[in-house]
Amino acid sequence: MTQAQTYSFFLGCVMPNRFPNVEKSIRVVLPKLGIDIEDLQGASCCPAPGVIRSFSEPTWLALASRNLALAEAAGHDILTGCNGCYGTFKEALHVVHENPERLKEVQRILKSVGVKYEAKADAKHLVEIIYNLGLENLRKKVTRPLNGLRVGTHYGCHLLKPTKLRPWKQTQKYTFLDELVEVTGAESVKYKEKFLCCGAGGGVRGSNVPVSIDIAREKLDNMIEAGAECIVDVCSFCHLQFEMSQPQLNKEIGDRYHLPVFYYTQLLGLAMGIDPEELGLHKHVISTDALVDRFL
Amino acid sequence: MPDSTTASKDILMGDISRETIRSADIDPTFVDKIVAAGADRIRTCIQCGTCSSVCPSGRRTAFRTRELMRKALLGLKEDVLSSPDLWLCATCLTCLERCPRQIKVTDAIIIMRNMAVKEGFMLPQHRKSAQKLLQTGHAVPLDDANQEMRRELGIVEIPPTTHSSEQALAQVKEIMRQTGFNALVEGEGAGAN
Repeated sequence: MTQAQTYSFFLGCVMPNRFPNVEKSIRVVLPKLGIDIEDLQGASCCPAPGVIRSFSEPTWLALASRNLALAEAAGHDILTGCNGCYGTFKEALHVVHENPERLKEVQRILKSVGVKYEAKADAKHLVEIIYNLGLENLRKKVTRPLNGLRVGTHYGCHLLKPTKLRPWKQTQKYTFLDELVEVTGAESVKYKEKFLCCGAGGGVRGSNVPVSIDIAREKLDNMIEAGAECIVDVCSFCHLQFEMSQPQLNKEIGDRYHLPVFYYTQLLGLAMGIDPEELGLHKHVISTDALVDRFL
Repeated sequence: MPDSTTASKDILMGDISRETIRSADIDPTFVDKIVAAGADRIRTCIQCGTCSSVCPSGRRTAFRTRELMRKALLGLKEDVLSSPDLWLCATCLTCLERCPRQIKVTDAIIIMRNMAVKEGFMLPQHRKSAQKLLQTGHAVPLDDANQEMRRELGIVEIPPTTHSSEQALAQVKEIMRQTGFNALVEGEGAGAN
């Protein structure tokens, strides 16, 4: 939309309402990188691309468009830190851009509640914006290198797919997030099926917990087998899945899952020398203390 | 409808059994509706099974995406829409990426889920999240513990979302009323958990 470096910060549901520590880390880290964020006032659920969209696609489209319209009115693009919200906005924009009659239908509904919508604001994932700053520039910000830390990097699904509707360079094997992890001095380990789903999406976590956490278990096993000491994710719902499924699995199949789960801005913030409490690292389900202490 | 399964098992000649698909169970307009709603290449499916082979849910359950696509093409509407298996897709989009016929498999599943909900097939947990969205504007609303955590973290206690704006919530509710979401999720079974 505009060249402005200010973004409308879209919170979604899971981040502000279940993992405010992740939200805090974003609020602390982005301004230090020169990325200005402004709260998007009055936003709702994105709504979720696998759940709410599955119940009523027209409702999903109308509410997603309202959120985009709020950003449009603020004159910014949306910035989100959740792959699900990102997927919703990207797909909702695609629907109205490709189908003028769907845009008209949405405009009519939004107009009736006093909201103007032209489908002009775009949505960006915060990882996209951070990556575009350039690895060299990011490296300059690192004052506390996380040397020796072995990370299981998790991209998640909706960040990358459908590939036709995503900005990433088309490839069979993405590396941008591994590069972002390694800029902190940590090592992003190679592990089996790095691009496997976390198992939370599509309403599966909501309705079938055993199946959902068994998918997470497969990922966790693959990471542990490769020697990962922690997980780094970039999606609040994947984050919820990894934080919550480990205690659930420990109860079900024996006490063996204790991988601390960092959201990317927490990892980067730690490497930038920011106080761990400012990054919400003391508020994790799975304690991050032992890992964090290694670098203080 | 007393039995929603379309294939009943007939025992023939002792040990041999087979499943019979009855003409009465076939709705030839089913696939037309899926195509019209956007899964336009579904008819080109060659049943290669790539979708099933990459499906994370299919690895640990009897859910088979290929079977779902085949049933959709056959028009086994009631069978498809009433099956809880329809809700095992985590929407990871891997099948959509890998399909050699470029069928938007995930879109097809979402379209069929919309049809299922319209017919009243909705899992109780899903109905609950939908009702939370209806009441608060969020499928996962703020709770006391997290409000407290927000305060401790020094960020605004109530997020600047529909949670802190009556007017925004009213807008969102009115939109959902207009799209028929109220009727859809509050209807039959609402309040019964």
